[in-house]
Amino acid sequence: MNKFYHSVRLDSELCKGCINCIKRCPTQAIRVRNGKAQINSKFCIDCGVCIRICPYHAKRAVYDKLEVMKRYQYTVALPAPSLYSQFNNLDDVNIVLHALLLMGFDDVFEVSAAAELVSEATREYLTEHEDNLPIISTACPSVVRLIRVRFPNLISHLLPLNPPIEVAAVLAVKRAMKKTGLRREQIGICFITPCPSKVTYAKDPLGIEKSEVDHVLAIKDVYPQLLSHMKAVGGEPKELGTSGKIGISWGRSGGEASGLFSENYLAADGIENVIRVLEDLEDQKFSELKFVELNACDGGCVGGVLTVENPYVAEVKLKHLRKYMPVARSHMDMEEEAESLVRWTAAVEYEPVLNLGDNMMQSFARLNQAERLCKKFPGLDCGSCGAPTCKALAEDIVRGEASEKDCVYFLRENLHKLSDEVAILADDLKAGERGGQETLGILKEYIKRISDEMSLLDNQGKEEE
Amino acid sequence: MEDVIVLNYTISPDDFTRAGEASSDVKSKLKQIGISPEAVRKVAIAMYEGEINMVIHAKGGEVTVEISPVAVKMILDDVGPGIPDVDLAMQAGYSTAPDEVRSLGFGAGMGLPNMKKYTDDLKVETELGVGTTITMVVNL
Repeated sequence: MNKFYHSVRLDSELCKGCINCIKRCPTQAIRVRNGKAQINSKFCIDCGVCIRICPYHAKRAVYDKLEVMKRYQYTVALPAPSLYSQFNNLDDVNIVLHALLLMGFDDVFEVSAAAELVSEATREYLTEHEDNLPIISTACPSVVRLIRVRFPNLISHLLPLNPPIEVAAVLAVKRAMKKTGLRREQIGICFITPCPSKVTYAKDPLGIEKSEVDHVLAIKDVYPQLLSHMKAVGGEPKELGTSGKIGISWGRSGGEASGLFSENYLAADGIENVIRVLEDLEDQKFSELKFVELNACDGGCVGGVLTVENPYVAEVKLKHLRKYMPVARSHMDMEEEAESLVRWTAAVEYEPVLNLGDNMMQSFARLNQAERLCKKFPGLDCGSCGAPTCKALAEDIVRGEASEKDCVYFLRENLHKLSDEVAILADDLKAGERGGQETLGILKEYIKRISDEMSLLDNQGKEEE
Repeated sequence: MEDVIVLNYTISPDDFTRAGEASSDVKSKLKQIGISPEAVRKVAIAMYEGEINMVIHAKGGEVTVEISPVAVKMILDDVGPGIPDVDLAMQAGYSTAPDEVRSLGFGAGMGLPNMKKYTDDLKVETELGVGTTITMVVNL
């Protein structure tokens, strides 16, 4: 298993080498090198911001095509609660669930139903761990990944429960095997996702060894198919839904926290806001908080980059949909051994990817060097060097991944110095103060250096075209 | 080891929005050196408390942070009113913060006590009407 698997990838054919993504990446994981963006796999948390902002659509998410369904004898669709928020005037989730069956799935298992079990287990966990508050939600895989690399002091506050996607998958497998008698590998469990982060989770989960989710389909791929099938679903579809208000609410920011029946929670959404909250949490600036819900996307899962609807409109639709629902319809005591399938079975370990060197002494020396370099750079954070800030360039240089000459201002200054030297030499030559041949030689050497530096600039220009 | 990394910050007066900028900068740098997360946490909390104190009581000031491979030393220097009774100020819950500051959620009387709690050494030099210099050390 790859510790740093990623679902967000670069399409270098489409990449123009502009600086949009390097400036907006919340973890400064992208650099432009040789005219193309490169994603640093250790820093990237698959939040999808670059997919959203790249003007050339050169960032994309990897996920499965709908055809994967054909590989199995029996398939189960796991719709994320955010899927329900994509449709106009939807007042019954059963229409969506039946349309999934018409699309070709053999069964559906609502992730929102599993979410209600997780809510219940979280409430219990909170009362058992009052000495370790606040507890931080682990439902958004990007947030867990961010904490793993940047907030070691908060790892012990992570809620050690599997996210609803996993709980749904485990229960769906159990139900399918019991119902059909098929072997595990004959059953395909397909999660319908609002974001690439969940793809990463399915391939390389944190908190457990291996996920039971076999494939991840994008809401935006499933959506057009569902629209046509939804029309074919009759007026009074048979009841398939097994979740209520609590489960459905998980699709938007604050939904998970509201299922805990406590006022002392904080819910932040949007990755920049999430980072600010984590910084403050680390400095112990909040007191009396019980639970912290964090979602990388604006508005929560409804804001995922693989959804279709505007996140804020989607949120309204979700509210409308849950209006007449019961509070919850799925409970822990309805499932055998629910307790054990909800708990994490693998610890999340700190990955110190921010270290500048391989050991403390090397890192210390490199920080010192980076500080000195920073003072030399203009501090404009122009991005021309391919790093998002002058500070980031300094860090890249001390890590051996870039050079001072990547800075166009540094280069310009060098050229000025060289041309001044040339002027002095030329004056000397004119005044006849030095041996003509010797001075001519030095002059030639200087001119060569100038043209070398100029060609460096040319290369940078060419790469960016 | 002759190498010491020296960082200088100016804390602006009456600006609660910017209070904490210096401590978070120090925090991010310490994380890059790979010192223990616990030590990073101690430095961040102690320095943030110190910064807030300078904003509330002392109309800002200067902070110098010296990072060596064995310790982080924070020197918080202000030309504020000075602390009349240091022993009293070190007591948890004792506060002279004005009401408007408390209404912002600050001034709970935990500043100096927290700075002492999270550091390995704390020295307060203060003179009424002249200013206060607080030196804190967190060993690595």
